[in-house]
Amino acid sequence: MAAAARFFTRGAHSKLSLVAVGGGGGAHCSFGAALLNASPTCNSRTKTQRRHAAHFTFQPDPVPTQYGPTQKMNLFQSITSALDNTLAADPTAVIFGEDVAFGGVFRCTVGLRDKYGKDRVFNTPLCEQGIVGFGIGAAVAGATAIAEIQFADYIYPAFDQIVNEAAKYRYRSGNLFDCGNLTIRAPWGCVGHGSLYHSQSPEAFFAHCPGIKVVIPRSPVQAKGLLLSCIADQNPCIFFEPKILYRAAVEQVPMESYTIPLSQAEVLEEGSDVTLVAWGTQACADERKENNLRGVKGAKPSPHDPCAEGSGKHGPRETGGVMRGHRSTDHPALGCGYRLQVGGENWPFAHQPRGPNNRRLCF
Amino acid sequence: MAAVSGINKMYGVCLHAVRVTAGLRAARLLQHRAFRVGAVHQQQPFDSSLEKPQFPGASAEFIDNLEFIQPNVISGIPIYRVMDRQGNIINPSQDPQLSKETVLNFYQKMTLLNTMDRILYESQRQGRISFYMTNYGEEGTHIGSAAALDPNDIVFGQYREAGVLMYRGFPLDMFMAQCYANADDLGKGRQMPVHYGSKDLNFVTISSPLATQIPQAAGAAYAVKRENMNRAVICYFGEGAASEGDAHAGFNFSATLECPLIFFCRNNGYAISTPTNEQYRGDGIAARGPGYGMMSIRVDGNDVFAVYNATKEARRRAVAENQPFLIEAMTYRIGHHSTSDDSSAYRSVDEVNYWDKQDHPISRLRHYMTARSWWSEDDERSWRKQSRKMVMEAFEKAEKRLKPSPELLFTDVYQEMTPNLDKQRQSMWRHVQQYKEHYPLDLYDK
Repeated sequence: MAAAARFFTRGAHSKLSLVAVGGGGGAHCSFGAALLNASPTCNSRTKTQRRHAAHFTFQPDPVPTQYGPTQKMNLFQSITSALDNTLAADPTAVIFGEDVAFGGVFRCTVGLRDKYGKDRVFNTPLCEQGIVGFGIGAAVAGATAIAEIQFADYIYPAFDQIVNEAAKYRYRSGNLFDCGNLTIRAPWGCVGHGSLYHSQSPEAFFAHCPGIKVVIPRSPVQAKGLLLSCIADQNPCIFFEPKILYRAAVEQVPMESYTIPLSQAEVLEEGSDVTLVAWGTQACADERKENNLRGVKGAKPSPHDPCAEGSGKHGPRETGGVMRGHRSTDHPALGCGYRLQVGGENWPFAHQPRGPNNRRLCF
Repeated sequence: MAAVSGINKMYGVCLHAVRVTAGLRAARLLQHRAFRVGAVHQQQPFDSSLEKPQFPGASAEFIDNLEFIQPNVISGIPIYRVMDRQGNIINPSQDPQLSKETVLNFYQKMTLLNTMDRILYESQRQGRISFYMTNYGEEGTHIGSAAALDPNDIVFGQYREAGVLMYRGFPLDMFMAQCYANADDLGKGRQMPVHYGSKDLNFVTISSPLATQIPQAAGAAYAVKRENMNRAVICYFGEGAASEGDAHAGFNFSATLECPLIFFCRNNGYAISTPTNEQYRGDGIAARGPGYGMMSIRVDGNDVFAVYNATKEARRRAVAENQPFLIEAMTYRIGHHSTSDDSSAYRSVDEVNYWDKQDHPISRLRHYMTARSWWSEDDERSWRKQSRKMVMEAFEKAEKRLKPSPELLFTDVYQEMTPNLDKQRQSMWRHVQQYKEHYPLDLYDK
């Protein structure tokens, strides 16, 4: 009763727009309705809040010409294309996870079961530790195993299998056994309405673990090439797919197979003021315009070699410093470790009061 | 029809209401949807004329009195055995009638394992190796099951299955090399002792985390099923590891995905100090199998022929029928959990002695052999001497070998050497060269 009174008085002083109060028991409803009527600032017609969709405009890359004929595809279609190419070329390849058989909750595997058979594209029970463990075993026995985790937020039950087993399989066996044929895919990152458990960017947990590779594309063309590289790569790879880009990112994507190197930074724009490093959706953000910088943008630093873009003509020694952009938590973040590593490497240069171009180096 | 348009709006609200109000037209609509959504097995077509359950989730009859199913732990799943504790065949039809040569080989492998265990346990006590785990009392589970498999079958173990590797022919030198972590170790000296592995013998390298191998075995079995080369996979684990989530995952996956896989549980009574009544409350591990839709059996793990028969039949059917089998081998861990354990802290010496003296897989097989005059006291004496000599020779050789090159700290993390690791490697060498008087480099391979 007291809470309701407070609600009433708050309503009296502010322009409170109420979302539909009904739904629930009868008593509740009528009480809420009474409140509505009693509040002086509320109209009898309730103002409903407009849902603001996530604001995002994807800029497609120019059409690639070096990989053969292209077709208009969004991100999930470029994933399907990569998987289709893989199943066609590699008879040992299998795709499995929750709900992949009917096409997947994000439509990434649509049509593949009909085309390649139920022994190659199949549902597993609802158990992430089982999905990854099963994938490791299949890879060890020589199959190309492509495991899907339904959301990156649910990858944690598989953390033991990924970190203690997949990452260490080759090392601990003296290279007698390995699960290089394993690729784990998972939708990743914020999407606007995902809240705590459909928005996570857990790459930092895995980037810290030697033995696996973590890859996050920024566009459909990148996604297909990088996914095919992950599948071909003889190390276990985790491929995080920015879910906000599944439909929003549309490009002309080559229909045939092609690969994009995993361990090289991609320079998106030349510049000399600062080195901006980003991955995934953040690489789509136009920080340059927003921050008035003439900067270099490097995308997808490989976690086991974060300094690749820290050196060379685009590194902080040549520009004024490094800024890293990502969408995970800053708690500390992957960027923090990266900063320490790149910072440490460049310490002798940072120590000078002025760097090249008379700018102070910052990290 | 009003009823039909009503169905389209009501679908998803209440199946029962639809069935009652509609009739055959509705049944066909829902049937169509069920076939579209269904996975490997299609749902049964509805027949609303009978009062039978239609739930997709279970195939069962209705019952109208309230009754909880009582778990049967007093008289649980019976234990299959071929020999009694004195080595006499109980039911002649179950005698696998293996040749003298085969049975002698079983015996010699079990006793060689036992001898190697004694010497390596001792060597840890003397500070020569860092750690060891013995297999005392469980030799029958190793040899019986290994003998029933094909050499190409893939083995996923936990850590107490050295006899399987020994049966397959892993040389004593290689056991020792791994325990000593010397330059001959196939694992390149990276793991603690008893973490064996052999690609040639299809024995996947052991890892310390428990039960992680169980879902992996299911995946490997699925892959070999697709290869269609008459291969099976066997997965060993203890009754303690069976409590892990990974075990549940592996059982469920292997059953739903129809994998040619044998789950072999060594129920030896203890998980370090935890006895079985603190590990589970049900009827052991075998009783869990039916819960997953899996064929299951419980055997006397100290009866090498029972283990052999069960594994042989399980293997044959797993491959022929593409389904997993669960074998729970009851046995007893006579030794301590490891060299870091003193089991007198949690169990009596009397209990251990009972198993050592009165129900041991090695003695039972020996009785079987002596009853057929296949093995005499002289044979026993000379074999003991010979096996001890073999083990000691391998042991002395392993001790003298150099350790692996420090280069091997940095390789195999990835298939390729990465720039980051290469930098660390160079940094290590710079450090070691600078302070070489502190590093015994002459003990290490170049």
